[in-house]
Amino acid sequence: MRTFRKGGVHPQENKLTNDCIIENFPLPNKAVVFVSQHLGSPSLPVVKKGDRVRTGQLLAKIDGFICANTHSPYTGTISKIDLAEDFTGYKKMAFYIDVEENDEWEEGIDNSEDLVEQIKLSSEEIIEKIKQMGIVGLGGAAFPTHVKYMIPEGKKAEYLIVNAVECEPYLTSDYRLMQEKIKECFIGIEILKKALKVDKALIGIEKNKPDAINSFTLMAKNYKGIEVVGLKTKYPQGAEKQLIYALTKREVPSGKLPIDVGCVVNNIGTVQAVYSAVQKNQPLISNVLTLTGKNVKQRKNLLVRVGTPINSIIEYCGGLPEDTGKIISGGPMMGKAITELSAPTVKTTSSILIMSKKESSRKEETPCLRCGKCIDACPMGLEPVHIAQLAENRLWEETEKNAAMDCIECGCCLFTCPAGRPLLDLLRISKNQVATLRRQRAQR
Amino acid sequence: MGIFTVSGSPHVQSKQTTKQIMWNVVLALMPMFLVAIYFFGLDALIVTLTSVFLCVLFEWLIQKFLLKVPTTISDGSAVITGILLAFNLPSNIPLWILAIGCLVSIGIAKMSYGGLGKNPFNPALVGRVFLFISFPSKVAMSSWPLPKPLFGGDTLTNAITGPTPLTMIKSGQEVDLLNMFIGQTGGSLGEVSVIAILLGGLFMLYKKVISWHIPVSFLGTAAIFSLILWLISPDTYMDPFVRLLSGGLMLGAVFMATDMTTSPITHKGQLIFGFGCGVLTILFSTFGPMPEGVSFAILIMNAVTPLIDKAIKPKKFGY
Repeated sequence: MRTFRKGGVHPQENKLTNDCIIENFPLPNKAVVFVSQHLGSPSLPVVKKGDRVRTGQLLAKIDGFICANTHSPYTGTISKIDLAEDFTGYKKMAFYIDVEENDEWEEGIDNSEDLVEQIKLSSEEIIEKIKQMGIVGLGGAAFPTHVKYMIPEGKKAEYLIVNAVECEPYLTSDYRLMQEKIKECFIGIEILKKALKVDKALIGIEKNKPDAINSFTLMAKNYKGIEVVGLKTKYPQGAEKQLIYALTKREVPSGKLPIDVGCVVNNIGTVQAVYSAVQKNQPLISNVLTLTGKNVKQRKNLLVRVGTPINSIIEYCGGLPEDTGKIISGGPMMGKAITELSAPTVKTTSSILIMSKKESSRKEETPCLRCGKCIDACPMGLEPVHIAQLAENRLWEETEKNAAMDCIECGCCLFTCPAGRPLLDLLRISKNQVATLRRQRAQR
Repeated sequence: MGIFTVSGSPHVQSKQTTKQIMWNVVLALMPMFLVAIYFFGLDALIVTLTSVFLCVLFEWLIQKFLLKVPTTISDGSAVITGILLAFNLPSNIPLWILAIGCLVSIGIAKMSYGGLGKNPFNPALVGRVFLFISFPSKVAMSSWPLPKPLFGGDTLTNAITGPTPLTMIKSGQEVDLLNMFIGQTGGSLGEVSVIAILLGGLFMLYKKVISWHIPVSFLGTAAIFSLILWLISPDTYMDPFVRLLSGGLMLGAVFMATDMTTSPITHKGQLIFGFGCGVLTILFSTFGPMPEGVSFAILIMNAVTPLIDKAIKPKKFGY
């Protein structure tokens, strides 16, 4: 069975919401929509305080090469444009919207359920449409999707790779999307193939989703050049470089991008958003979110508008269980702990995971035994134990020589360490320090 | 609303802990312990328990009064050192000598370097070699007490009358080999029964406490090297099977050389480490003044471990 070259771990899968059909989450009364919800330079607001906006209307436009548009998920009035805390407590500019009860859709948006199969736009028009509709990578990084499709000169795409692995425990939003919107997924893939001018697409799905593999394999027979590949259930199968290796046996060189080995990778959620954008003219204003956790009363997969307060979603699902210890945005391996529960969701909020005190507490830390399990587990072939020791001694240049910057922060090292050493925490600090060093060098 | 934790990812961890690893090693040592008590009687019990008690006591005293740090005796590592030290000694060792061995193992070989995870040499081996050099008449290789017979001879001989696949072995040695395997030869507490050692080793493999790399490369190298010597001159050199089944080598390869702290961290490095142990063991025991060289071989390779770790790096992704 195909998989990545080395490393990886097997966390408990806990896919508790596999069978929960996606429900529409009701509109909130008040919403907070961040001006910028992507990786890159900030977007520029095009509406002002007091303006009445319609659902799907442009709120902030692209201002820079790596940038994305932001649209209004609601019909309502902008009560203010001010700083708001995101779920990590970091303050960012946001539109505060008083939401009206009924959606009034921006003109040109096809809001019907009808499937549009025929792809009318040309390659360039598709990329322009993706850009206009504010599509960003929904796998978590929120990288503006259209930028990936502007292939630098001298490079050539050979494969479109669709990441339908969903290797994070607990998360089922992609899986549900694949079950319920399979047609849209395949049309989305066709659109992206056309945009890239490639005739081969590879879809990677972990073996723990046999239903999805079956239905996708069956569907792929109707399309030319789409291959569905079942991959070994092993975390981090869905990490970009690991996925490319598993599907093509190509190794993205250190510091390079997938396009350097002829690949463009998109998450299945992004693919579906591309379908809506290109075929239905729908901007990215909502996403599927899994609300889960072992003690949660009503676990659900929800279609949530961007800007919905996180605590209202938790309330909707029966509130916080008694012994809650940690609340996470994303999966347990790479997600971030939420510090501000009243913060709104963003385009990439794929999950809210509520963990008990016991489940989320870290192991007692003991001295390193040099067991080498972190080295076995590292999918990038690094020596986390070694880099962590260098970091503890503040030898940042040494951490750079030991390839700290190649760390993908998958968390396998910290997951596996029997001594409970904060390996990834130290690696993150190293990466930060090395980045600072590099900036200083560049300035000199 | 309560107070919630905020920390970096990952938010889940594997179940294995240092404590579990240590207590699993202790469990893996139990078959040998039972065999030792069966063959050597009360002496084995007394020597082992005393050794464990003193090792734990010394670690506690040093942490509490000398270093003034929180005591960590419950992690089980001192217990392992105590058992392993006892298993490397004869059952008739005077207890005051044993006490010196415990003090050297814990005080010098472990705590002076900073305790768990910091020691460059296997503490139990340091203790053993210290006693071996200081009290050769009490801990010498030639004076091992013999274990009592398994059930009284007859059943044992009956059990091995079938043809042996090891045709190169002379018929007279067949009984010896099986005896060695079960534990009917002279030796230290832990090394008499190869089958008990292997049982413990398999348990540790199953519990992912050790990997196969060091034992296999250690034993493999020793077997091939002694086979070559034996093929050159069967009369001068020892039968490789006798060599393999001499408990000291087995105990060393499975329990002593696999100590995580004192062996290389990468699997490739572990293969080199095992190879070095194998070559040195055969060299020492064949051409050296003593009949056995496992302890010295492992200690020397312990010293080489940092160099191996420096030289052998995993292959990085994307380079």
